Amino acid sequence: MKNILLIIQREYLTRVKKKSFIVMTILGPLMIAGMWGIIIWTSMSSIDQKDIQIVDDSGLFVGKFPASESFRYEFIEGDIDSMKAAFKGSDKDALVYIPREILINPKTVKIFAEKGVPLELQSGVERAIEREIESIKLTEAGITRSVLEDAKMDVESQTISLKEDSEEKSSAAAASIIGIASAFLIYMSVFIYGAQVMRGVMEEKTSRIVEVIISSVRPFQLMIGKIVGVALVGLTQFTLWIVLSIGIFSVGSMFIKDKLSAMSQQMTQAQMEQLEQLPPDARQMAEQQMQSSMAGNTGAIGDIMGALETLPVATIIICFIIYFIGGYLLYSALFGAVGSAVDSETDTQQFMLPITIPIIASIIFAQFVMRDPNGSLAFWTSMIPFTSPIIMMVRIPFGVPFWQIALSISLLVAGFIFTTWIAARIYRVGILMYGKKVSWRELSKWVFYKG
Amino acid sequence: MNNILEVHNIVKHYAAHTALDDVSLSVAKGQIFGLLGPNGAGKTSLIRIINQITGPDKGRIIFDGERLQEKHIAQIGYLPEERGLYKKMKVGEQLLYLARLKGLSKAEAMDKLKIWFIKFDIKTWWDKSVEDLSKGMQQKIQFVATVLHDPKLIILDEPFSGFDPINANLIKDEILELREKGASIIFSTHRMESVEELCDHVALIHQSKKILDGSKKQLKEQFKNNTYTVEFNGTLSVDEDVFTIQEIKPLEGTVQRAILRLQPNTSVNQLINSVMNQVDLRLFSENIPNMNEVFIRAVSGQSNLSA
Repeated sequence: MKNILLIIQREYLTRVKKKSFIVMTILGPLMIAGMWGIIIWTSMSSIDQKDIQIVDDSGLFVGKFPASESFRYEFIEGDIDSMKAAFKGSDKDALVYIPREILINPKTVKIFAEKGVPLELQSGVERAIEREIESIKLTEAGITRSVLEDAKMDVESQTISLKEDSEEKSSAAAASIIGIASAFLIYMSVFIYGAQVMRGVMEEKTSRIVEVIISSVRPFQLMIGKIVGVALVGLTQFTLWIVLSIGIFSVGSMFIKDKLSAMSQQMTQAQMEQLEQLPPDARQMAEQQMQSSMAGNTGAIGDIMGALETLPVATIIICFIIYFIGGYLLYSALFGAVGSAVDSETDTQQFMLPITIPIIASIIFAQFVMRDPNGSLAFWTSMIPFTSPIIMMVRIPFGVPFWQIALSISLLVAGFIFTTWIAARIYRVGILMYGKKVSWRELSKWVFYKG
Repeated sequence: MNNILEVHNIVKHYAAHTALDDVSLSVAKGQIFGLLGPNGAGKTSLIRIINQITGPDKGRIIFDGERLQEKHIAQIGYLPEERGLYKKMKVGEQLLYLARLKGLSKAEAMDKLKIWFIKFDIKTWWDKSVEDLSKGMQQKIQFVATVLHDPKLIILDEPFSGFDPINANLIKDEILELREKGASIIFSTHRMESVEELCDHVALIHQSKKILDGSKKQLKEQFKNNTYTVEFNGTLSVDEDVFTIQEIKPLEGTVQRAILRLQPNTSVNQLINSVMNQVDLRLFSENIPNMNEVFIRAVSGQSNLSA
């Protein structure tokens, strides 16, 4: 036991002290934060309103286009050719020409811009015109816009999961996100840290230190020490990532929040100004729309936050740790066995494939399971130890009966005891076998060698 | 108990072949025991069984009067033929780690390491990475790791490979000194000149079986073929009752050298008399085989049948 602790200590310290570990641990969250930063920054900076001039020869649309987050419209009078000339020097973003016969020839609208027309602008303008034409035609047919709006109902459902004693609000969206995120974390860590175990075993074998070590400790102790040491490295890295990420995000979100609130104020102001210019009925409509959309926004966010609170958070966290460790142990033992059987990294390929197939398959199954978290595919794949760490994490946020979790965890424990046993049998032979290309047949023989 | 190690009737099978077939031997305390054999004879299998890296299929091993068990690991030091160190680890850290795996406390290991670092004059290596050392330097570190915990039994598999003559001598002296201090040593090698120099007792394993076992003197006695080398002036002819001539060739001047084989049931005195009567004798010596000859003859099956 003392020796296992020594081995764990060495495996842990040599890895944690490595430059690559320190760099990855610090850079990881910075890179993720940077990525988000760029996404948020670009999405915010693209919110700049575009000024669009409209020459409306038909006279049907003047003042009918409400301003939106991205576009501000200005109707100008005059000959299109002279306007085009004037547009070139101006700082406006686009010039739209609506010909007289638009109702008959709807494909004759032209948009001019100096730098090419963004798709968003094009479709925005097209939508605005379509909407107005629709209105005009509807009015001709005796239907007003408000009747139509009235007929369009925005249906939003609440999903409610029935428990024995209470009804709880749940959110399928939040459950899916949490589920797939934790499944993906387990998937990644099995690969990253499993490969570290494999490389560690190979390092000992190729540097020929292994025979010295196993004249002091049992091969099994060496293998377990390495697996546990690397697991601790993984947990350390995760913990540091989480702490660092929270730090970065809380600083970052403070900054973003300020900017967001400033921006939304600015926007409402701009929109209000625009509204002033609209005719009374159009204005009323636009105001209603804006209000309802804002209400809808906060409503959706509020719903998700509320649903998060109702998710079985404690169960998710406990299960995540159990399945993380279980899945890692199950696979890293096999990775270790592969490392012991080969002489160089290039030989690992043929043995890696069968190990990685179930891991990759589970992340594929996960997407089907997310759609039907209680179906039979979901049930069976969350019981089989090779797929259960990933699949069960997808299911748990949707609520899984306790007996299923218990059964799945017991099977997982049995599973990793089994793979560790197999791996140890291969390992003790493999680490002392040099200069021999090993086949699958050979490996299976090793399992049954005597002491 | 006079023996540090007794191996009784060890049998070890691998899937396709038998590595050890009923091998027994014993190593006395304070002995340097040469374990010889051609490649693939089963030496490494036996050494691994003694180190409890693998287990035997049959047979038992007695270490210092007790059945071999896990606690004895700390009393054995093993330098394998396929050896290495963690390349990225510092020399000092690495030796501490290996010593602690053998059951030393950190403080004990530190004290002993200091002595060895002074002895080998390698104090500046402590913080170096192993990969920055030459192969010979690494071998020294490995030797220190093998003997640091003062094992009662030291098993050295080809200890001199990778050493230049100066360092090989240094290690040889250390081996002798360790024996003086009471350690017993099993020494496995193909280099017969070091066997000649160091070993007290030799066992030879060939094709999974032990085919020879005895003190160096006994083995040579067993393998000598009753031939004698003489140098003389004059003409020597065969004396059918006493000796036959195997080979005769001229040396410088009139001196000739001949190899004579003694006939059965004749004494050396008779041989000398017979030769002296014929020629002017310059040199007379018994042909004693060296370990190299013993090894080759034993392995190729021409043992002492002519005696």
